[in-house]
Amino acid sequence: MSFRRVRAIARKEFLHILRDRRSLMMALALPALLLILFGYALTLDVDRIPVLVVDHDGSLESRDLVSRFEGSRYFDLLGTVDSLEIVEESIDRGNCLAALVIDRDFASDLGRGRTASVQLILDGSDSNTASIALGYAEAIIARYSAEQMASRSNRIAGGVSAIPVEARARVWYNSELRSKNYIVPGLVAVILMIIAALLTSLTIAREWEMGTMEQLLSTPVRPAELVLGKMSAYFLLGAVDTITAILLGVVIFEVPLRGNLILLAVSCAVFLIGALCWGIFLSASVRSQLLAYQVGLLSSFLPAFLLSGFIFAIKNMPLPVQVATYLVPARYFITVLRGIFLKDVGLLIIGGELFLLFAFAAAVFAFATRKLKGKIA
Amino acid sequence: MNREPVVQVEGLVKQFGEFVAVDHISFHVEKGEIFGFLGSNGAGKSTTIRVLCGLLAPTEGRALVGGLDVALYPERVRQGIGYMSQKFSLYNELSVQENIDFFAGIYSVPRSNRERRKQDVLERMGLISKRDVPTHLLAGGWKQRLALACAILHEPGIIFLDEPTSGVDPLARRDFWDLIYELSGEGRTVFVTTHYMDEAEYCHRLALMDEGRIVSLDSPERLKAGFAPDRFLQVDTPRLLSALDCLEAHPGFSEVSIFGSGLRLRVGDLVEGERVVRELLSNQGIEVHQIREVQPTMEDVFISQVEQSSGVRR
Ligand SMILES: Nc1ncnc2c1ncn2[C@@H]1O[C@H](COP(=O)(O)OP(=O)(O)OP(=O)(O)O)[C@@H](O)[C@H]1O
Ligand SMILES: [Mg+2]
Repeated sequence: MSFRRVRAIARKEFLHILRDRRSLMMALALPALLLILFGYALTLDVDRIPVLVVDHDGSLESRDLVSRFEGSRYFDLLGTVDSLEIVEESIDRGNCLAALVIDRDFASDLGRGRTASVQLILDGSDSNTASIALGYAEAIIARYSAEQMASRSNRIAGGVSAIPVEARARVWYNSELRSKNYIVPGLVAVILMIIAALLTSLTIAREWEMGTMEQLLSTPVRPAELVLGKMSAYFLLGAVDTITAILLGVVIFEVPLRGNLILLAVSCAVFLIGALCWGIFLSASVRSQLLAYQVGLLSSFLPAFLLSGFIFAIKNMPLPVQVATYLVPARYFITVLRGIFLKDVGLLIIGGELFLLFAFAAAVFAFATRKLKGKIA
Repeated sequence: MNREPVVQVEGLVKQFGEFVAVDHISFHVEKGEIFGFLGSNGAGKSTTIRVLCGLLAPTEGRALVGGLDVALYPERVRQGIGYMSQKFSLYNELSVQENIDFFAGIYSVPRSNRERRKQDVLERMGLISKRDVPTHLLAGGWKQRLALACAILHEPGIIFLDEPTSGVDPLARRDFWDLIYELSGEGRTVFVTTHYMDEAEYCHRLALMDEGRIVSLDSPERLKAGFAPDRFLQVDTPRLLSALDCLEAHPGFSEVSIFGSGLRLRVGDLVEGERVVRELLSNQGIEVHQIREVQPTMEDVFISQVEQSSGVRR
């Protein structure tokens, strides 16, 4: 391994990156674009949920509960209607996504110390929004319930009474904050995987297509030097992308970054190296820029999106699929990122994941090198 | 000149599947020699060069370059050779200077020496004024010079040039050959392929290649002398094609071809040959302006050798 040759290749590759302005712009803008696009699509479309109210009770208490919904920024109260038919029609037309139905006995149940129930109707066709709306509604009702409980226990001191307003187990479930904090680090991982694999997927195939590989192979350059040199040049670009994505997550999506920055940097670097080498491996395998690009996109995006635990919980998958997820580096990276971002976990806790990321990078580096070695003889 | 073989090839075979691209060839090249491979398309010239540069593994036989077996030590061989592939294969997006810098790094030209080597090749190739020009803007002849510059940066003892002058205008070709002579004068061995007959005559020694075989190998002068005692006649006539048909039909004339504005043919005896030609053509009522003796060219040698060898094979 000659450091001089690695540096020559890295420099040359870097010049290529700089000369190709259009690709460079794409490479720099894409992570921001994807993060904002997916970030908003996956998290922020759930405030101002349009909601209708059917108040059969019309009491002081029921109006109090309705006003809580009115005051919440997560709901947009469209108005009060008399019948469920109107609600049904509105939901079908897509005018409203939820309805709050209050029974005629609401106030009297409350007064008698019985559990009063309210009904929440949700448009389940958008299950993501529906479940988040449910969370918000439950939170509001639970809060209302707790206040009722407090004032009631003031009145009937000592007596054990029923819960005033029924709420599910997910009390105080702050859906808005949680989903965003949970999703953005995962999104950063998915985006980095895609970008990194795409960045390098063209690089070796281009040399074959342009015939420059023939010249390179006639020189003393070794496959490992070629992979390392190319990887280093794209690493710089990937690092800029990583920093962009993380900063955007923190600034725009207000995801708290509680953990150690050095640990974060090391984890990102290891993941990035693995993903970049994956692109190089594909590029060396298929020798065609177009094909390498397409395979690069699919092989990075699909596993990172579907099999990493980003959207779908791994423990709910069929066993063979669960086994397959162990081969997806994004799986480990997402765990690491969520841990560092939200819980400030240390090396002790994510060391295993970090080690596996490292193993992935080393294995793919070796594959890429071997692929090139095979082509020479 | 020091007579030691720097390239030794023995019974080399290269097959692609069933297809035999190089068929049991043997030769050796001496230090400082300009050794040429002349052959038509698909003769196997590039394949041979690529085996010698360690880009292809030989199917059979042995190739020693600089005393090392290419199949066993490709990496060590590569440090001591320069290669210019048939298709231009430098980086078009980079400038002249950046390409040179890259190869200086790849060949690990020592830092202390680097600037001097760079300046030297730029000067020698006349590229000084073009050092900042993007490579894709260079004309064909300049691209070839840049490719040669990159191939000799690390001062290799052996330089492989695969059709270095294809697609280059005749004047630039002459200049390029001056450079090849300079390299040879410094004691470097130059292995060059071509399908230009005139260029072939510039080589010290020449291998004529056809369908993967070497059909003849010698200096251009000796190859041409190989016709003796046969001679060549040039026949100027206004009815070229009729004359060609007529003379080809005669069993005594083996190699009749159109050459310039006339016909060319090989004869055993000058006086007798001219008499027969005149007789045959006047019988057909074909007018003859002039008949004169001409010296054989490389093309005559090539055609004759290829016909002979394929005749032997049949
Ligand atoms: N990688 C390959 N796979 C299959 N066949 C090949 C390969 N490389 C070359 N050939 C075949 O081998 C034969 C010799 O090719 P080669 O390139 O050596 O010819 P050449 O003498 O250099 O011809 P040219 O003057 O056209 O460059 C050709 O018929 C070519 O099609
Ligand atoms: Mg060729």
